[in-house]
Amino acid sequence: MLIKTVFAGFGGQGVLSMGYVLAYAAMIEGLQVTYLPSYGAEVRGGTANCTVAVSNEEIASPIASTPDNVVVMNNPSLEKFQHQILTGGVMFLNSNLVEQRPVRGDIIVREIPCNDLAHTLGSDQSANMVMLGGFIQQTSLVRLESIQSAISDVFKEKKKAKEMNLKALNVGYDYMKNREENA
Amino acid sequence: MKRDEKPSLMRGSHIVAEAAVRAGCRYYFGYPITPQNELPEYMSRRLPEVGGTFVQAESEIASINMVIGASMAGARVMTSSSSPGISLKQEGISYLGGLELPAVIVNMMRGGPGLGNIAPSQSDYFQATRGGGHGDYRTIVLAPASGQELCDLTYRAFDLADHYRNPVLILADGMMGQMMEPVRFPVLRDVQKLPKKPWTITGAKGRKSHFIRSLILDPGQMEEHNWKLIRKYEQITDQEVQYETFKTEDAKLVIVAFGTAARIAKAAVKRARAEGLPVGLLRPITLWPYPKKALRELSKHAKHFFVFELNAGQMVEDVQLALKGDADVFFYGRPGGVVPNPAEIARIISRQFFQKEIV
Repeated sequence: MLIKTVFAGFGGQGVLSMGYVLAYAAMIEGLQVTYLPSYGAEVRGGTANCTVAVSNEEIASPIASTPDNVVVMNNPSLEKFQHQILTGGVMFLNSNLVEQRPVRGDIIVREIPCNDLAHTLGSDQSANMVMLGGFIQQTSLVRLESIQSAISDVFKEKKKAKEMNLKALNVGYDYMKNREENA
Repeated sequence: MKRDEKPSLMRGSHIVAEAAVRAGCRYYFGYPITPQNELPEYMSRRLPEVGGTFVQAESEIASINMVIGASMAGARVMTSSSSPGISLKQEGISYLGGLELPAVIVNMMRGGPGLGNIAPSQSDYFQATRGGGHGDYRTIVLAPASGQELCDLTYRAFDLADHYRNPVLILADGMMGQMMEPVRFPVLRDVQKLPKKPWTITGAKGRKSHFIRSLILDPGQMEEHNWKLIRKYEQITDQEVQYETFKTEDAKLVIVAFGTAARIAKAAVKRARAEGLPVGLLRPITLWPYPKKALRELSKHAKHFFVFELNAGQMVEDVQLALKGDADVFFYGRPGGVVPNPAEIARIISRQFFQKEIV
């Protein structure tokens, strides 16, 4: 098993934290994991992305030329990554900020209104954790409890952020679960 | 070795910095350059916590000369940079060699030549293993291929440097520096309990003066100094070669690759093995001294060697020198900062078996 996921969006949307929390959770589960943030000139342009590879054996390359999953938080990311995603791969998109839809018919698209859901919690900046909750519910890449432990560890010094992130995670998770049950 | 119970998830540059601190490094001098700025950034915060000193020097040349000073005084000291910055440090590295001073130098290689780019490359192999500076000297060169190895080799580099009184170079690349992997650090060493160095310059009050110099005008004495260094290099060559082999026992074709390229190559070997092709991997961990004996040993049953590097062909020369024409050597490289995927390398392996009728 080797699953590569790209998280992409504007700088400040928390795309790097999303990837880091996922990688941390995979580490807790004893899986092999690599996390590669985008860096250099492209970072200064305002878009940010990172690639997380999770596997049960050694990971050769942390780079994903054809990712299994892509999480897009804004329009430019959709344009940039929709043609890289593997046939049969899954695109998670933040339906509040991404206006376009992928032109490809060979990929699965999952829409989550991350900003609306985060807003109901009174924490607009938690949209990323809402997305991560939905992502985990769909991919089962790691267990929900592992993500919760990861958040508790990563944000252990910021109690408020920790509580809010955990709430947002559950909201995203439940949103996808309910959609599945009602479908 | 006692290690932290819990793993940490950190980027390569931070891993190197923390491992250095754990090994007893208390002085860092450097000048910023992407893609390794996270290393000095980490040191600037971490060293004061353990009573160490961080200085952002005015240039690469200044920083390597500060390393010389701290090393003469007996400290465990490190500097780091990326390719063009390492070029600037070469004069100082030659001095470290001539003065027989321990120091750890980190090169997070980027694409070149010239200013190049900030993508991962392995194009400084010649510079690292042949010495980019002047004179008959050698640096021990360690090539990590994972987060854990970045940690363990950095930690060991300080012991090697002190033991042989010689500079040690960690040769990684932009990707290794940026990538995060779980790592379990060895516990912090007590600096007071490190082996004593009887040669340092710390003030001669109450003892005979120590004298460390590389200016030796008399050719006879200079020759003697050179032979002394060369005997030391022979001893290092005898005792410090490190490499990893993977599925080489029955291999008819052996890939030789280091660092990032070796990770890709290993995955390619697994793919080719799944196709039933008898292929293996030799991954040098020390680039100098080079695992020549291991290569010669493998050439008893493998007559085909495939060298894969993220450059236009540098380590391939060491493979050819080691094999002395006893086996076929094929090279494939991607220079300029491109990292190919394992499928590409696996295709080349299959093609080699087919074209060369390896059975």
